[in-house]
Amino acid sequence: MKITMIALAAVMAAGAAQADDVAPGDVQFDEYGAVAASLSGTDGDPANGIKIMTSRAKGNCIACHEVTALQDTPFHGEVGPVLDGIGDYRSAEELRGIVANAKMTFEGSVMPAFYKTSGFIRPGNAYTGKAAKEEELTPILSAQEIEDVVAYLLTLKES
Amino acid sequence: MAFAGGADDDTLIINGEIEMISKTAAPAHLDDVFDEIVSGWHFRTDETQALEIDDFDNPAMLFVDQAIDAYDVVEGEAGESCASCHEGVENFAGLATAMPKVDADGKLVVMEDLINECRTERMQADEWKWSGNDMQSMAALISLQSRGMPMDVAIDGDAAPYWEQGKEMYYTRYGQLELSCANCHEQNYGNYIRADHLSQGQTNGFPTYRLKQAKLISKHNRFRGCIRDTRAETFAEGSDEFRALELYVASRGNGLSVETPAVRQ
Ligand code: HEC
Ligand code: HEC
Ligand code: HEC
Repeated sequence: MKITMIALAAVMAAGAAQADDVAPGDVQFDEYGAVAASLSGTDGDPANGIKIMTSRAKGNCIACHEVTALQDTPFHGEVGPVLDGIGDYRSAEELRGIVANAKMTFEGSVMPAFYKTSGFIRPGNAYTGKAAKEEELTPILSAQEIEDVVAYLLTLKES
Repeated sequence: MAFAGGADDDTLIINGEIEMISKTAAPAHLDDVFDEIVSGWHFRTDETQALEIDDFDNPAMLFVDQAIDAYDVVEGEAGESCASCHEGVENFAGLATAMPKVDADGKLVVMEDLINECRTERMQADEWKWSGNDMQSMAALISLQSRGMPMDVAIDGDAAPYWEQGKEMYYTRYGQLELSCANCHEQNYGNYIRADHLSQGQTNGFPTYRLKQAKLISKHNRFRGCIRDTRAETFAEGSDEFRALELYVASRGNGLSVETPAVRQ
C-alpha cells in the first residue's frame, strides 16, 4: 500500500506544473509557430516521450500519426502525416511549437493543442461529457511531458 | 500498417432482394464539400457488414421483434395500443425518410418525440426513456417500414432556422481537443483514427445496433459519445440542440436509403 502511494505521488508530480515551467499562457511562439525556449528548463527524456505518444490518456499521438518505430503499440491512425524521419527536417524549436499548439504552425489544424488551458468551446471535465470544473483547464501534457515528446521526435531520423 | 482505403466497393443488398442506395451523389447543399455521400456500412469490416445483409443474422431484429409485440399491447389510462389507432405498422412507410420535421406548432420534432407524444397524450401512459430499449426498438420498427427508401428531409421553409443551427454545430470545434464533426467525418472520412475507420457519420441506419454496446443506439446517444470524445461538455439526449443537429446531419444523407436497423462495430 505504501509503495503504491509513493508511486502514485511520483506520477502526479510528473504530470503537475513545476515552478520554473513557462505557463501555457506565456509561451512565446515566433511568426512560424516555433518556440525557442524549453518549456520546463530540463532536458527531455525520449523514453518517457514514447510512453506519452502511445498512451491514450496522454498524447495519444499515434491515434492520428503512424510511427514505424512505435509499431509495438497497435493501431496507428492516418489523420496526420507519418512522423518517420521528422527529426531530420524539423528542429526542436519547431517541434516544441507544433506539440504545444499546432494551430500556431498550421492554421486551423485538426491537431489538438497540448499546452493550452483556455479559450475552448464547452470545455469538458476530461472524457466524462460533463462541464469542466475550472475556468483554466489543466493542459493535456505538462511542460516536461512536451519536452519529453520533442526529445523523442528528434530521435526519429532516417538518414 | 497504414490501412488507407476509404469506402469499399461492395454492394448492399438486404435479404438478397432489397437494393440499398448506399452511395449516391451528394445533395445540392453539400456541393462544395462532397461529390458522393456514402453509408457508414462501407467503412465497416466484412464481418460486421455481413450481419446487416440478412435479417436472420441481424442482432437488431430481436429488438424489432420486441417492438412488434409492444405495438399491440394496451397500456395507459386511455386503454389503447399503437395498433388500435394506427392499425398495421406498415402504415408508417415513408415517415422515417422525412424525419426530423417541423410539426404544426412550428417545433422541430424527431421520431422519439412523435412516439412519446402518442404515449403520454393519446394513451395516457408513461413516456419512454430516450435511449431506452422500448423507445429505440419502436423507433427501429417504425423506421424499418421505410427501409430502402431514400432519405429526404426538408431543410427549407419552417425547417431552415433549425437546419442553420445544426449546421453551425456541425462545424463548431468543441472541447479541449477542439474538434468538430466536420474535422472527423468530412475532412477525414476513410482515414483511421487509432483503431476506428472514420465514416461520413451518416444517420440513415439509426437506430443502429452497436456491437460494442450490444443494443440499439439512438442518434443522440451517438452524438453525445462523439462530442464527449473531444473532451467537451456534451448536450443532453432529447435537447433542442441535438434535434437541430439531427436535422442537419440527416440532410447530409438525403438520397441514401434508410438502412434501419444498421449494424455497426
Ligand atoms: C486528432 C489528430 C492529431 C493528433 C491527436 C495529433 N496530431 Fe500531430 N498532426 C495532425 C495533423 C492533421 C497534422 C498536419 C498539420 C496540418 O496540416 O494541420 C499534424 C502534424 C504534426 C507534426 C508536423 C509534421 C510535419 O511533417 O511537419 C508533428 C511533429 C506532429 N503532428 C506531432 C504530434 C504529436 C507529438 C502528437 C501527440 C502529442 C500529435 N501530433 C497528435 C493531427 C494530429
Ligand atoms: C389514441 C390513438 C393513438 C394511439 C394509442 C397511438 N397513436 Fe400514434 N398517432 C395518433 C394520432 C391521432 C396521430 C397524429 C396523426 C397525424 O398527425 O397525422 C399519431 C401520430 C403518430 C406518429 C407520427 C405520424 C406522422 O406521420 O407524423 C407516430 C410515429 C405514432 N403516432 C406512433 C405511435 C406509436 C408507436 C404508438 C404506440 C406506442 C402510438 N402512436 C399510439 C393516434 C394514436
Ligand atoms: C474525434 C473524432 C470524431 C468527432 C469529432 C466526431 N465523431 Fe462521429 N464518429 C467518430 C468515430 C471514430 C465513429 C465510429 C466510426 C464511424 O462510423 O465513423 C463515429 C461515428 C459516428 C456516427 C455513426 C455512423 C454510422 O454509420 O453508424 C455518427 C452519426 C456520428 N459519428 C456523428 C457525429 C457528429 C454529428 C459529430 C459532431 C457532433 C461527430 N460525429 C464528431 C469520431 C468522431
